[in-house]
Amino acid sequence: MQVAILLWCILALLATAVLAVLLSRRSGATATVYAACAIVSAIACATAFTGIGAVHSDTVHLPLGLPWMGANFRADALSSLFLLIVNLGAAGASLYAIGYGRHESAPQRVLPFFPAFLAGMNLVVLADDAFSFLLAWEFMSLTSWALVMTHHRAADNARAGYVYILMASFGTFALLLAFGLLAGPDGHYGFEAIRAHHPSALYAALVLLLVLVGAGSKAGLVPLHVWLPLAHPAAPSHVSALMSGVMTKVAIYAFIRIVFDLLGPPVWWWGIVVLALGGATALMGVLYALFQNDLKRVLAYSTIENIGFIFVGLGLALAFGADHFQTAAVLALTAALFHAFNHSIFKNLLFFGSGAVLTATGERDMEKLGGLIHRMPVTAFAVLIGCAAISALPPLNGFASEWLTFQAILLSPELPQWGLKLIVPAVGALLALSVALAAACFVRIFGIAFLGRPRSTAAEEAQETDRFSLGVMLALAAVCLLAGILPGFFIDAIAPVVQHLLGGHMPRQSSIAWLSMVPITKDRSSYNGLLVFLFIVASASLAALAIHLLASKAVRRAPAWDCGYPNASPLTQYTAGSFAQPIRRVFGTLLFRARLNIEIPPPGDVRPAKFSVHLEDIVWNVLYVPLEGAVGFVAGRLDVLQFLTIRRYLSLVFVTLVVLLLVIAIWR
Amino acid sequence: MALIHDFAVQGAQMILVVLLAPLVTGLVRKMKARLLRRKGPPVLQPYRDLVRLARKEVVLADNASWLFRASPYLIFAATWVAAALVPTFATGLLFSWTADLIAIVALLGSARFFLALAGMDVGTSFGGIGSSREVMIASLAEPAMIMIVFSLALLAGSTQLSAISQYMVSPNVGLRVTLGLALISLVMVGIAENARIPVDNPATHLELTMVHEAMVLEYSGRHLALIELAASLKLLLYLSLIGCIFLPWGMAPMRAGWSAYAIGGAAYVPKLALGCFALAMFETAIAKMRVFRVPTFLGAALMLGLLGALLLFVSRGL
Amino acid sequence: MHGLAFDIAHLLAGGLVLVSFMLLYQDRLYALLNVYAFHAVVLSLSVGWQAYIQDAPHLYITALIALVFKAIVIPVVLHRMIVQLGIHREIETVTSIGPVMLVGIGLVGLSMAVMLRVTTDASLIAREDLAFALSVLLLGLLIMVTRRNAVGQVVGFMSLENGLVLAATGAKGMPLVVEISVAFSVLIAFIVIGIFLFRIRERFDTVDIRALDRFRGDRR
Repeated sequence: MQVAILLWCILALLATAVLAVLLSRRSGATATVYAACAIVSAIACATAFTGIGAVHSDTVHLPLGLPWMGANFRADALSSLFLLIVNLGAAGASLYAIGYGRHESAPQRVLPFFPAFLAGMNLVVLADDAFSFLLAWEFMSLTSWALVMTHHRAADNARAGYVYILMASFGTFALLLAFGLLAGPDGHYGFEAIRAHHPSALYAALVLLLVLVGAGSKAGLVPLHVWLPLAHPAAPSHVSALMSGVMTKVAIYAFIRIVFDLLGPPVWWWGIVVLALGGATALMGVLYALFQNDLKRVLAYSTIENIGFIFVGLGLALAFGADHFQTAAVLALTAALFHAFNHSIFKNLLFFGSGAVLTATGERDMEKLGGLIHRMPVTAFAVLIGCAAISALPPLNGFASEWLTFQAILLSPELPQWGLKLIVPAVGALLALSVALAAACFVRIFGIAFLGRPRSTAAEEAQETDRFSLGVMLALAAVCLLAGILPGFFIDAIAPVVQHLLGGHMPRQSSIAWLSMVPITKDRSSYNGLLVFLFIVASASLAALAIHLLASKAVRRAPAWDCGYPNASPLTQYTAGSFAQPIRRVFGTLLFRARLNIEIPPPGDVRPAKFSVHLEDIVWNVLYVPLEGAVGFVAGRLDVLQFLTIRRYLSLVFVTLVVLLLVIAIWR
Repeated sequence: MALIHDFAVQGAQMILVVLLAPLVTGLVRKMKARLLRRKGPPVLQPYRDLVRLARKEVVLADNASWLFRASPYLIFAATWVAAALVPTFATGLLFSWTADLIAIVALLGSARFFLALAGMDVGTSFGGIGSSREVMIASLAEPAMIMIVFSLALLAGSTQLSAISQYMVSPNVGLRVTLGLALISLVMVGIAENARIPVDNPATHLELTMVHEAMVLEYSGRHLALIELAASLKLLLYLSLIGCIFLPWGMAPMRAGWSAYAIGGAAYVPKLALGCFALAMFETAIAKMRVFRVPTFLGAALMLGLLGALLLFVSRGL
Repeated sequence: MHGLAFDIAHLLAGGLVLVSFMLLYQDRLYALLNVYAFHAVVLSLSVGWQAYIQDAPHLYITALIALVFKAIVIPVVLHRMIVQLGIHREIETVTSIGPVMLVGIGLVGLSMAVMLRVTTDASLIAREDLAFALSVLLLGLLIMVTRRNAVGQVVGFMSLENGLVLAATGAKGMPLVVEISVAFSVLIAFIVIGIFLFRIRERFDTVDIRALDRFRGDRR
């Protein structure tokens, strides 16, 4: 029943896409298409929500695709959770785009592909056999590529699209190989069949590595993340929000589905690989984010950091699962899934905010913004809640999932293997470091873009955005607060998923006194978001009341004190680069070879002094540039094959045929 | 009936920390002055300062926003809630299970988040200096604190402060290497977080040397009073934290009688005084570091915390 | 067996590792010497405590030797040597402090992993003390590798030897004759190094190793 409704929703989205092709040049097409998407996504979201707790998963078989297999679709607990995340994000983005899409200069390039993108993501999560999965995955990549190439005249965007399609194809190839290994020599591509016979240890390890490459590159694991900060900012803001907040979660879904569900019981060293990658991703993501000036690029790198966070939780779940510590594995997986949900909410909120700033000022560069809290107060408030949530401040939702992850790390001395004993505290330190740096990053964003004085005329003349955008942003901010105050309900909603994957779940949270969150037992540790929120509100009100009664109420406005030397020019404020300078000096000199070049002309010369910051992207230089060089070299060498004579071509074909026959003769 | 009793104890703790915080600041200042052979301001001077500030008119910059006006209340509220959850004279407080040590660290982080934003609000270069240096210091001090929390939680089996202090009183705690490392690291982090010498000078207004003072430069009147009170509360919080973990004797257990609370209070005041004296001696004996040596200092604290946690992972006997 | 006595032994061994980290961290020559003297004091305390709990009176002599020679005589001599060489300025390490400390922690983890896996038949206390001793040794080597100044390398070498003494006393069986011979051989090595330093200084006017490399003739 659920799958049928969801398939109808997908069909409706595809129909909207076709309609958009025909209608896109009419006025009012934008609002119609996005409204249709919003409605369909809302229906899908509600359906998915009812499906999470369902006992029996629903399947549908369609006679499309491969003749002996058809297309199978299933909505079990894991799929339903991720469908909820996908469609919640999609509904939000569609509603936001009703307002934002009015400012789009080329609607005919966006409107057809947006519903198709949504349909693709839903199909990936619903797919129950390898063929439909890969088909939907590639469809999702292609439609999002088309959306990235919307404004392809800008040079950056063309390059972003190129890198994106290259990495996406490479990822699909890796997943293809992974499914090939899983299906085995008999070619059982259906997920049911794959679940039934697990591959041997060697093949399982290969599948894990291939899935890390395939799904990890889509999610943004270092070192396969390079396309993300190029592609996410290039797309229109609502699409960026979906790519960062939702498509990365689809990649996480793929990882969880293959590694936790299809691959069979884990081995202990899988945890080490995933933990190491997750920890490195978290730290590198946030460090990159601190050195960017483009708002959207910072948000894209911050997505990479949060994906690293989620993978640390998944790695812990694998390690605990391999050693049969079920309580701990359940806790780690719940923490990872909860963080996936939370991240999609606040990352969407932040991208919507940056889209609002982009339409209001036309600028993405933080160095040209400032003082927007006065011009766009509601946007600023919503973005403030988003920044506080992503910095893991209590009582919001980012803190709740970060707290659960730390509790899972605290359970890990029980692990017997030495590799795990050494790597878990190191990863814990990396996580703590990246959480603290994330807070620094978002203080920087909010402080430079919204506070202070405007640094350009565009920022001085910004206007507040439309009601649809504001409504969606405030709704998402409310969800952030709700998930932080009442995390127990969300954890109980995730429990069926964890039960299905690991065979156990966290204790029922909604029955705990005062709605606390208790991961294991009450005397071990607990956290009550609601009471912390009420305490803070009560203390602030008490302080305000005391001040109101006992202190003076006078307020006077005057020029800024600035230690007695006020300077009217907004250029004397701190810029984004100068704010990051202390952190660049501490962390950047080693990892990014950050160098500051100061050119001072000799005395008497009236030229201005110049200083420039030079940063190197080590992942790009160490991995991709040599790879590019090697590919170019090999391509150059193979170029001779283009210019052979007919006789040479024939002899080439002849030799290949003979070699293949030899192989068959010897091997059989 | 028991619930009302518990509420009363929790409420008493909340009022006690607010009342004692300026006294701690005054005591540290007096001791520092005495060590420098000055007479120094009276110990109760911070109370008079707060009352004086509260009575004054607030002068706001022309472009200060609502965030600037709301931040002092948010900062004070977050710090007060965190300070109310650290056991002072009694463990097993009514709401000790709402927020464990990780949550207390994060609450202080929220206070710092809003303080840094308030520093950037008016758009002066001083505010920018303060905020950027503050987030650099925080990006190393907070992980060091989390590693200390890990070490303590792994030893005590829980992240609740009451459970940790009960474990430290019990006979199964030995003289462990990890505890030594955690203590040194906690002292270093406490110095950095409270903006004391050698990380920051709480009495300066020179641009080169200030971090905390730079962020609050534009505040005046009752807003400044709240922020100063929040800073004193934070110092009290760290002293109480060190006291309740490493000097846990004398604290009244849960639901003890009034005499036990009185003994707890009587044990708490000397701990505070000892902490103030140690801080005053340390601040007088050492000079302020230049800003870019602070990451080395805090990096050492982070390494000590990491080493302590690593030793616990590797061998529970350490 | 977790009596207070064994806890104190552990604490002193861990303290020695901590002081080795402090040696890594120092960049001023006088401070380096003072911390090294402190290192030797902690070593003598640790050996003295081991003498008390193992009931081995010859270890008291070892502790006394460590205290007198390594905590007093050698730092004083090095101090005067530095003054005569005229090099009381900062030491520059090869790379920045952060990665060096991280490598130090990695070395501690490595030595714990190695020692606790290899020696499975001894008591837990002895194994952990051996692991700490190996850490001090590796950290001493790290100090030698990351310093440019020859005096800094000498200090690293001496702290390495302190780690060896800790291992020997912890393993419950170091006859006095071994200790005396080790101590004297270190003293001889020390005197030879000192003589060489003066000759080098006479010839080249510096003891900075980079400068010495240049004079050696191979420029990398």
